[in-house]
Amino acid sequence: MKLTIPEEEILSTGHLACQGCGATLAMRYALKALGRDVIIALPACCWTVIDGPFPYSSVGVPLFHTAFETAASVASGIEAGLEIQGKKGVTVLGWAGDGGTMDIGIQALSGAVERGDNFIYVCYDNEAYMNTGIQRSSSTPYGAWTSTTPAKTFKSTPKKNMVEIMVAHKIPYAATASISHPEDFISKMRSAKKIKGPKFLQILSPCPVGWRYPPQMTVKVGKLAVETNVFPLYEVRYGKYRVRKPAKPKPVAEYLELQGRFKHLKATEIIEIQKKVDEEWRTLLKKEEVFS
Amino acid sequence: MRVVITGNHAVSYGAKLARAEVIAAYPITPQTEVVERLSEMVANNVLKAKFIKVESEHSAMAACLGASAVGARAFTATSSQGLVLMHEMLHWASGARLPVVMANINRAMAPPWSVWSDQNDSLSQRDTGWLQFYCEDNQEIFDTTIQAYKICEKVSLPGMVILDAFILSHTSEVVDIPEQDLVDKFLPRYNPKYKLDVEDPHTFGGLVKPDLYYEFRYKIQQAMEEAKEVIKEVDDEFGKAFGRSYGLVERYNCDGADTILIASGSIASTAREAVDILRNEGKDIGLAKIRVFRPFPKEEIRELAKGRKAIGVIDRNISFGNEGIFFSEIKSSLYSEPKRPLIHGFIAGLGGRDVIISDIKDMAKTLISKEPKDINWVGLK
Amino acid sequence: MEEKIVFRGEKDLPPMAVSSGRMSHNLTGSWRSMRPVIDEERCTGCGICWKFCPEACIKLGAKPEIDLDYCKGCGICQEECPAGAISFVEEER
Repeated sequence: MKLTIPEEEILSTGHLACQGCGATLAMRYALKALGRDVIIALPACCWTVIDGPFPYSSVGVPLFHTAFETAASVASGIEAGLEIQGKKGVTVLGWAGDGGTMDIGIQALSGAVERGDNFIYVCYDNEAYMNTGIQRSSSTPYGAWTSTTPAKTFKSTPKKNMVEIMVAHKIPYAATASISHPEDFISKMRSAKKIKGPKFLQILSPCPVGWRYPPQMTVKVGKLAVETNVFPLYEVRYGKYRVRKPAKPKPVAEYLELQGRFKHLKATEIIEIQKKVDEEWRTLLKKEEVFS
Repeated sequence: MRVVITGNHAVSYGAKLARAEVIAAYPITPQTEVVERLSEMVANNVLKAKFIKVESEHSAMAACLGASAVGARAFTATSSQGLVLMHEMLHWASGARLPVVMANINRAMAPPWSVWSDQNDSLSQRDTGWLQFYCEDNQEIFDTTIQAYKICEKVSLPGMVILDAFILSHTSEVVDIPEQDLVDKFLPRYNPKYKLDVEDPHTFGGLVKPDLYYEFRYKIQQAMEEAKEVIKEVDDEFGKAFGRSYGLVERYNCDGADTILIASGSIASTAREAVDILRNEGKDIGLAKIRVFRPFPKEEIRELAKGRKAIGVIDRNISFGNEGIFFSEIKSSLYSEPKRPLIHGFIAGLGGRDVIISDIKDMAKTLISKEPKDINWVGLK
Repeated sequence: MEEKIVFRGEKDLPPMAVSSGRMSHNLTGSWRSMRPVIDEERCTGCGICWKFCPEACIKLGAKPEIDLDYCKGCGICQEECPAGAISFVEEER
């Protein structure tokens, strides 16, 4: 058996994630990438529950539960506390959902990145406030049903582009990833670990409950998000873009039709989405050309 | 070494001598000089610390918690809007049992905007599980900052050192700064039992159901009760090492007094003068200064009240819809006593309105001659 | 597998909610309604099922072994198995 990702399991079984949870794969891979010398700052999100209640834990590394908007500011404090005590070799990891990153947590993240604090920040993106019952976040994609954008009032604004916001801060390293491509994510995490300063990774974490698909499809949905260019895999190192290009991009309809949260979409709306995806993809390729 | 410094700088020196290791602060009038001086000290390598220039007070407290959780001594300073913005994280600090020390410059809450002295900011945080020390002069501010670390680290609760805006923060007084090695002897390095450590991984703050949350809250209350004793012990020890002690409640000229004025902060300073004058005029009046508001010094108040005819409490604050907060809590602590003096409540000095000797003399007159009222508005126009 | 931790009173508790045990005491196998079955003949030992299991409950060996104490029956392994070696049967209760 030839393994393409590290064998050691740091995340333990028995955790409280839903069946087929993408966010759990994200953490499992992150821990494999970083090893045990990690301290996690964890705000309110699905992982608050997944890790397990007191007095148990499943992550296997030191973890500090904190308030919703504070992942990045607590991470800054942890880093400073370690540095002043001369403790080296520990990776500080801010681990938050899309809500805790792009909405309520954006200020703290912007502050920490602007200051150049040394930590890795991972946004595991399930594209809504899943822990509280699938309410929309600024990361919810255009067209999606959520419990606060029901029926005809589906999310009508585009998905907030957090990677671009990070790049605008002149962050040393920013990247997208998907749980469907664990080798890519792990490699990116290891690259990030080698860089001093703030690093941002956004890992698409499909959610069977919130995206309305049967749990066994989590990896397939993740793969399609990448293969249809809905969620391209790319990294930006010191402002230089590197984009992974699918051999033959698939039509977005293949991605959308797997998920109940898009089933209300009319044919015209799907065409609109395809147009937007194509436009964004062309822009991304242009950026790679210009900033290389 | 005796220096002439403002209250704000007294805080800076306190944090420096206490060897604060991580400072995360955001500027707000009239706190700015506290952190500016600390910033200079760090830049000049006079203080070995990391200064995180956070982007808001909420983040300041969050960063302090992160640093404290890995075993570093954390410090911040703020005032009014900033303190109140931190509110969520103040709860987090006490729930996580992290001994962060913070200086709060008592400043009035907006709107309307005001930068002047008022206690509503810190008192509106009285339920967050933080120890609260109200200081009367710059020496006390410096001393209390150092004492606070020793007390807080012993009971594993956060504490705030409180000083009046401008009256203390920007007023220069003589402060005796002891040698660093003497302070080091008094206050050793922070070494918590529980911390984030890759050698011994644990999760902090995980979900607790109704079956045990109650017990965790009980433990915080127990720590507050324990703090009363610890404050006294630390104060005694400080007195032996540096020659100054403060207690929880300080009595001034109370012997044989049948009326007592109770005050806190800089108003207590003015009240001392007023009491001296009144005593010279033949009035049997004394002053008690409440220094420690959390944990609330019930026993000291009950002792103080024994045998008195009337007590007047001066509040530089008000809990809207009820009454002055010190007044409320003092009255409440005396309720179970078999004999109780009359208690008068005075609201004075809100928004930095000056409280002068003649104001206090008027309060004393009311105490002696009038029926007690829950609220006497001093100097209302 | 870990033992469940029990606190009798406040004196047993640490001052703050700091965890001392692992979640592996929690046998999540009880969650599933469908159970995976590996056809060892068809299995090529590629390890993809192990790679994509969110429960991290597939043991690697000559052939993978799914730990039924923890398997929640999500079906990702079946969906991703390139050899079609995993099938799902109804869980008997």
